Amino acid sequence: MFEVIINGQKTIIREESSVLRALTGEGIQVPSFCYDERFINRHFPEETDCGLCVVEIDGKLEKSCSTVISDGMVILSDSDKVIERRKSILEKIIEDHPLDCIVCDKAGGCKLQDYCYEYGIEKSSNSCLEALPVDGSSPFFSIDPNKCIACGKCVKVCGYLQNTNILFLTETNGKRHVAVNGETLRESACGSCGNCVSVCPVGALLPKGISGTRADRWKTETVQTTCCYCGVGCQIDLKVAENKILGAGPAASGPNDGLLCVKGKFGYKFIGHSDRLKTPLIRQNGQLTEATWDEAYALITEKISGLMASDGPEAFAGLTSARCTNEENYLFQKLFRTVIGTNNIDHCARL
Amino acid sequence: MTNGIEDVENAEVIFVIGSNPRENHPVIGAKIKEAKRNGARLIIADPRKIDLSNESDLFVQLKLGTNIALINGMIHVIIEEGLEDKEYIETHTENYRNLKAVVEKYTPEHVAPICGVKADEIREMARIYASGRASIFYAMGITQHKTGTNGVISLSNLAQVCGNIGVKGGGINPLRGQNNVQGACDMGGLPDVLTGSQDYTNPGVKQLFEEEWGTKIPQKPGLTIPEIMDGACSNTIKCLFIMGENPMLSDPDMNHIRHALDSLDFLIVQDIFLTETAERAHVVLPARAFAEKDGTFTNTERRVQRVRKAVDGPGESREDWLILMELMNRLGQDRKYAHPGEIMDEIARVTPQYRGISYERIAKAGLQWPVPHKEHMGTPILHANGPIRGKGYFCAVEYEPSAEQVSANFPYLLTNGRNLYHYHTRTMTGRVKELNEKSPCSYVEINPITLRKLGFEDGAKVKITSARGHITTRVKAYEGIMEELFFMPFHFADGAANVLTGTNLDEKCGIPELKVSAVNIEPAFA
Ligand code: SF4
Ligand code: SF4
Ligand code: SF4
Repeated sequence: MFEVIINGQKTIIREESSVLRALTGEGIQVPSFCYDERFINRHFPEETDCGLCVVEIDGKLEKSCSTVISDGMVILSDSDKVIERRKSILEKIIEDHPLDCIVCDKAGGCKLQDYCYEYGIEKSSNSCLEALPVDGSSPFFSIDPNKCIACGKCVKVCGYLQNTNILFLTETNGKRHVAVNGETLRESACGSCGNCVSVCPVGALLPKGISGTRADRWKTETVQTTCCYCGVGCQIDLKVAENKILGAGPAASGPNDGLLCVKGKFGYKFIGHSDRLKTPLIRQNGQLTEATWDEAYALITEKISGLMASDGPEAFAGLTSARCTNEENYLFQKLFRTVIGTNNIDHCARL
Repeated sequence: MTNGIEDVENAEVIFVIGSNPRENHPVIGAKIKEAKRNGARLIIADPRKIDLSNESDLFVQLKLGTNIALINGMIHVIIEEGLEDKEYIETHTENYRNLKAVVEKYTPEHVAPICGVKADEIREMARIYASGRASIFYAMGITQHKTGTNGVISLSNLAQVCGNIGVKGGGINPLRGQNNVQGACDMGGLPDVLTGSQDYTNPGVKQLFEEEWGTKIPQKPGLTIPEIMDGACSNTIKCLFIMGENPMLSDPDMNHIRHALDSLDFLIVQDIFLTETAERAHVVLPARAFAEKDGTFTNTERRVQRVRKAVDGPGESREDWLILMELMNRLGQDRKYAHPGEIMDEIARVTPQYRGISYERIAKAGLQWPVPHKEHMGTPILHANGPIRGKGYFCAVEYEPSAEQVSANFPYLLTNGRNLYHYHTRTMTGRVKELNEKSPCSYVEINPITLRKLGFEDGAKVKITSARGHITTRVKAYEGIMEELFFMPFHFADGAANVLTGTNLDEKCGIPELKVSAVNIEPAFA
C-alpha cells in the first residue's frame, strides 16, 4: 500500500506498479504512443520510448511508465511544466510528419492527431520530405514509413508477441522509422497477422481497402465478439458504423491477449459479401427458386409430418455445426430429440 | 484442452505432434514460440516440416500414421531409463503393469524402421519430454487416422507416466480446428449423448431432460455421419437437415456424399452461402453470420465466450436460433425464447459443466467449464485434484498400420491439412479477396527429389488418382515433406482433396482415416 498525493489529492495505491498504471487506475488519462501493458514483464534488446507520458513527480519531470510508485510521492499529471514538455515532444514529431490528415485513412483514429488537437499544436508547413518508399506489397496492409513516429510498438509486437520478427527500426536522413526484414513484405516471412497494424498509433501501418469509410470513423462503435474461425477463440473488437463492419482488431482480453491471426484480423470481410443468401429458396421444377419464409416453413412442416407418418422418426437425421453457436446447436438437437424423436444427430467435429 | 492457452508459458517442455499451430492455431503458435524463446524445450513429430520445426530442439519426421509406435517407443525409453514419475503412477493411476508389458517390445530399435526415424532420436525425444513439466499439443494429425482414438490414448499414457496431468505447464491439449467444435459436442450434437456428454439412457439424466423438455426423449442410439450418409444411399434416411456444414467438401469420399445427398427425399440446408451442399437441397434457409447474431462459442480450452451482434444480416436472412425455434414451435414444441441468453439458461439447467454460466457472468470474460455453480470461477486446469474418475487408467494400445496402404496402382501416400490463409471449405475465406490473393487455388506439395524422379516441374499440372476418384491440381515443390508423401490442403472445391480420401473409420469413434490416402500421380493435359 502506498500513500501518494495526485494533483493535490491524497490517494491510496494498493499495488506496486508504475506511476502511469497508478494514474490510469485513478481514472487519469496519460498520453503515450509506445506504452502497452503487455510489454511490462517482457524484455527487449532495444527499448524505445516516446516520452509523452511525462508527469511531474516531487517537482521533477519523469516518465510515468518507467517510474515505480513509492510512498509519499507528490504527482502532478498535467502541470504547466508537463504540458510544455508534451507540447515540445509533439512539435518535434509533427515537424517531420506528413501533414496529410485530410486524406489520411487513419484520421479519426490517430493518436498523433488527437494529441495535437488536445495540446493545441498547429502546423501548416514543415520540413517533412516524405521521401521514403511506401511498401504496398501485402494484400492486407501497407507500410508508409514517412508517417512512422518510431514508437517501436510494431517491432516489439512482431518480434516478441507474434514472434515472427519482420520489422525493425532504422534511420534514413536523420528520421527514425520502421523497416522490413527483407526486400518488401511480400518477400518477407510476414504471416499477415496484422498485429503490428493493430498497435500502430498513427497512419504508418494501415489496412488496405478502408478508404471511403473515413467519414464514419468518428461515429464508430466497438462490439467485442469471438472469432469465427479456429478453436483458439480470440476476442475481437469489431468496429461498426451504420450497420457496416469497418475493421477488426484484437481485444485486450481473452485467450489471445491482444493478438489475432490473419483470419481474425482480415477474414471478416465475407460478412457483407454479395453472394450471401438473402431469401429462403425452394426447389421448383429442379431449380432453387426464391420463396417467403412462410412458404419455406410450411413446406418443411408438411414434408416432415408426411415422412413422420409414413416412415417414422428414424428416417430423419440432422447434421449440426461446429461453426454455429452453442445455443443453436442446443436447439438443433432439441428439435430432433423432441419434435422428431430421434438421436440421429451428428456434426463434423471429427473432421 | 486439459490446460488453458495461457498455461503454455508455464511449460518447461512442449511436445507438438500431428499439429501445425503456426498455421492452424496461429495465436497459440505465437505463444509456443514465445515460450521457446523464454527457455522451454520444444520437440516436434510430424511427417511434414512445419514452421515451428526450425526452432525446435528436436524435430522427428516420422512416417504417416505411425504416431502410436513413436509414442510407445518414448514410453519404453522413459521406463527403461527410470525417468517416469513413480509417485504419480503409484498414487494416481491404475493398470501401469499392463502398460509396461505392452510397451516392452517397443524398443527404439523396433520402432525406428516403423516410423522411419533413428533409434537415437526416439531416445532423445523421450529424454527431452521427461526432462521437465511437459505440455502436449496435438490436432487432427493424431485423430484423423483409423487408430485416432488410440493415438489420443497413447498420448494420455505418455503424459500420465511423467505425471503431467493436473499440473501447471503440463496436460494433453487437443487443438480444435473449428471455432465451436467443443461447443457442438458439449451441446449434445452427437448421436450417443445429450449435453455435457450425458448418457440419455441414464434414468436420472432422462428424467432431467424429460422434465425440462416436457416430452419423452428417444432411447434408440443415433447414427453417426458416415452411417447417416450410408442410410441416405440405401433410402432408410429420407430427410436430412444440415445446419452450417458443407459435407460435400469437408467429408471423405465426395462422390459417395453426392450420391447420398441426391438420394434423399427431402434435404434442408441452413447456411449463409449457397454452398456445394446447399445447391443440392430442396429448401435452403438463409442464416446469419457470427457478427449478425448473439450467442456463445466454447473454445479449445473449454472457455465459453460471448458472440455479439454487430450488424444486421442481409435481406431476409434470420438468426439461426429464431429459425430453429419457429420450426420447433410449428412442429408442436411451444417453448419460446426472447433472446439466446434464455437458451443458455436452459442449457445451464440441464448441463452440469455449464450450470454456473449465464450471459451476465460471461459479459466481460469467458469462463472455462466445468463451472458447477453460479459463484464458481471456472476450471483452467482439469484433473487438478487427481483424475476425475478417481484414478487415471493406463489403457495400453498397440501400433497398427493404417488401413490404407500403398499398392502397385497407388504407390504414394497423400495426407492433407489446412493452410494459414483459408479455413475449412473456404465458404467464408474464399470470399475474402486478400486471402484468395495469398492462396488462390489448390496445390499438392511434393518433395523436390520425388519431383525430379517423376519428371515434374514445380507448378506443373497433375492428375492425382485414388481408389475413390481423381482430381487435377498443381505441384508445389516443398523440401519439408518426406519423399514418399504428398500433402494437399483440403480447402478447395476445384481439386478437392476429399475426392480422394477414403472412409475407413476409427472403430472407436467413427473418425474417418482422412489423413491417409494411397494415390497415383500422372501429368494432366488440359
Ligand atoms: S503482419 Fe504480423 S508478421 Fe507481418 S510484420 Fe506485422 S506483426 Fe509481423
Ligand atoms: S510503424 Fe507505427 S507502430 Fe511501428 S514504430 Fe512506426 S509509429 Fe510505431
Ligand atoms: S484470430 Fe486466428 S488464431 Fe484467433 S481464433 Fe481467429 S483464426 Fe484462430
